[in-house]
Amino acid sequence: MLRYILKRFTIMAVTLFIIVTLTFILMHSIPGSPFNQERGTNEAVQANLEEFYNLDEPLYVQYFIYLKAVATFDFGPSIKQPTATVNDLLGRGFPVSLELGLVSIIIAVISGILLGIIAALRHNEIIDYIAMTIAVLGISIPNFILATQLIQTFAVNLKILPAATWSSPMHMILPTIALATGPMAIIARLTRSTMLEVLTQDYIKMARAKGLSPAKIVFKHALRNALMPVVTILGTLLAGILTGTFVLEQIFAIPGMGKYFVESINTRDYPVIMGTTVFYSAFLIFMLFLVDIVYGLLDPRIKLHQKEVK
Amino acid sequence: MDKVLDVKNLHISFTTYGGEVKAVRGVTFHLNKGETLAIVGESGCGKSVTSSSIMGLIPSPPGKIVNGSIMYKGKDLTKATDKEMRKIRGVDISMIFQDPMTALNPTLTVGTQLVEGLKHHKTLSNNEARKQAIAMMHLVGIPNPEERMKQYPHQFSGGMRQRIVIAIALICEPELLIADEPTTALDVTIQAQILDLFGRIQEQLGVSIILITHDLGVVAKIADRIAVMYAGKIIETGTKREIFYHAQHPYTKGLLHSVPRLDLKEAKLIPIDGTPPDLFSPPIGCPFTARCPYAMEVCDKVYPTHSKISDSHHVECWLQDDRAKLVAGSTVTSK
Ligand SMILES: Nc1ncnc2c1ncn2[C@@H]1O[C@H](COP(=O)(O)OP(=O)(O)OP(=O)(O)O)[C@@H](O)[C@H]1O
Ligand code: SF4
Ligand SMILES: [Mg+2]
Repeated sequence: MLRYILKRFTIMAVTLFIIVTLTFILMHSIPGSPFNQERGTNEAVQANLEEFYNLDEPLYVQYFIYLKAVATFDFGPSIKQPTATVNDLLGRGFPVSLELGLVSIIIAVISGILLGIIAALRHNEIIDYIAMTIAVLGISIPNFILATQLIQTFAVNLKILPAATWSSPMHMILPTIALATGPMAIIARLTRSTMLEVLTQDYIKMARAKGLSPAKIVFKHALRNALMPVVTILGTLLAGILTGTFVLEQIFAIPGMGKYFVESINTRDYPVIMGTTVFYSAFLIFMLFLVDIVYGLLDPRIKLHQKEVK
Repeated sequence: MDKVLDVKNLHISFTTYGGEVKAVRGVTFHLNKGETLAIVGESGCGKSVTSSSIMGLIPSPPGKIVNGSIMYKGKDLTKATDKEMRKIRGVDISMIFQDPMTALNPTLTVGTQLVEGLKHHKTLSNNEARKQAIAMMHLVGIPNPEERMKQYPHQFSGGMRQRIVIAIALICEPELLIADEPTTALDVTIQAQILDLFGRIQEQLGVSIILITHDLGVVAKIADRIAVMYAGKIIETGTKREIFYHAQHPYTKGLLHSVPRLDLKEAKLIPIDGTPPDLFSPPIGCPFTARCPYAMEVCDKVYPTHSKISDSHHVECWLQDDRAKLVAGSTVTSK
């Protein structure tokens, strides 16, 4: 197990390195620099600034400076907000984004699984049709459209929920609904179909033949098997939630990491772009790793350290 | 002798898009205490449906018991509620399924699946339940039960899995065990071992067994009595001896001829020509008419009457009618 984890961490480090390199290349291939958008900077000041941020160095030197920054996770100050370091911005934004993402994924997983189970148990009944109609809508409506619709309905027309910002639990309702609906719908559909399949399996018949109660059969025997495919797509859903936070933080004016990320790209704030990208990538890669671990724990047939044993 | 189970005039239908499938059409049989009754017949004749109905496990919808009774301990199981059936399943009546590779839950340890039924039906300490589970694993011939309890199904071979399935079925010491093709999915040497195991279990626990199979070799080994099913009906019943040596129904004779016999010099397999009738609209007369070499005019018009050859030997075929015997008597009596 330890060897497996070590191996995975090596792979994760290599992946991260590739991402950092690609980001660097992409970042410098966007035309423009942090300063030439600003009107009226005189040339001497601009040269000074460029020197301070090492932008006067050849690209490969800059690349190594960035690699060092990544390795020490110290990206220096932001170019656009010189009073704050990149780490300050991340420290401010990440908890907010994490809250939004975490609440959304928990809601998506719990309600998606419940909806899927109910639909499967009431297969071809009216509840099933309603649940699956909701699911299809949830999958096909992009989160930013849903978000604007929600704001229109609940904030503008009904005036029962705040339209933007992130200052109280009430403020959290609309963004999390907008973010969670898509993944929830995907989970619900998947849970339903795998559950239907699992319920026809012999071991379920066998559990019934033991005289177990329906609840025990569903939760002890069926659900765990039905959730296996759900866990595999959890990685993809996490990535979706992550990118979803960029968009929704813009729409709802939530002061999260996504907001800094998008702003930094628009203003070519190189250190912030680098810092947020590295942070996002590392976070996502680590979550994918956790998903694999969970999968191994759920399914005894999968041995994470199989190769080492044989 | 005490009757453990008494099934009378059982009718079971399935509602499908194509119409009503009359899978079981008036089945009557009983099971004595401690005996093994084999139900044999071609695929699709209704063996599994009949046995599932005893467990109350007919999927409903689409399935439905239309008529008849299943008497167990003075109670009609066709009228029992699901809650009542849950108290019977696994404790009084247990079932073994055909394919041991799929009958065990891949995500739970064998020990969990074994102890589960026991703990569900009886108030036992964990330790006591574990002890009983280990004893049962010993009984069904699994070496190192303490170790094996912690393992998952995929760590066992097919034969070992079937032993576990049998152990699970027997853990609450049921009075009646229904085994639906318990050896079909296993290879021949393992089959023989499992059949021996059935014999031993019956001796030690005194359980009555309904064995469903289309393998007459299996029947010859362990059955006391045999019921032959065809197109949702039992067309002949008798002791093993009566069926193997004095079969009366042309279908039973055909089945016996279609078994490769190792005791004969020339092992010849003679399949029965044709296919069973469509159960959407089963024939009013004898369902075997189209395939029967002795078919008479009356056969496809009126269902044959029930004839008693002996107390234990019953047949439903027009050849047993006195009028037929006058005409074709010599061809009917078996060699
Ligand atoms: N869930 C169901 N829905 C519709 N028809 C069914 C269902 N289950 C069984 N049947 C029908 O009932 C009939 C008897 O099926 P059954 O499974 O009892 O056959 P069997 O004798 O056990 O055959 P086999 O040897 O193949 O197991 C078949 O014609 C089948 O089509
Ligand atoms: S009743 Fe007629 S058709 Fe049916 S088995 Fe007997 S002889 Fe054959
Ligand atoms: Mg069957």
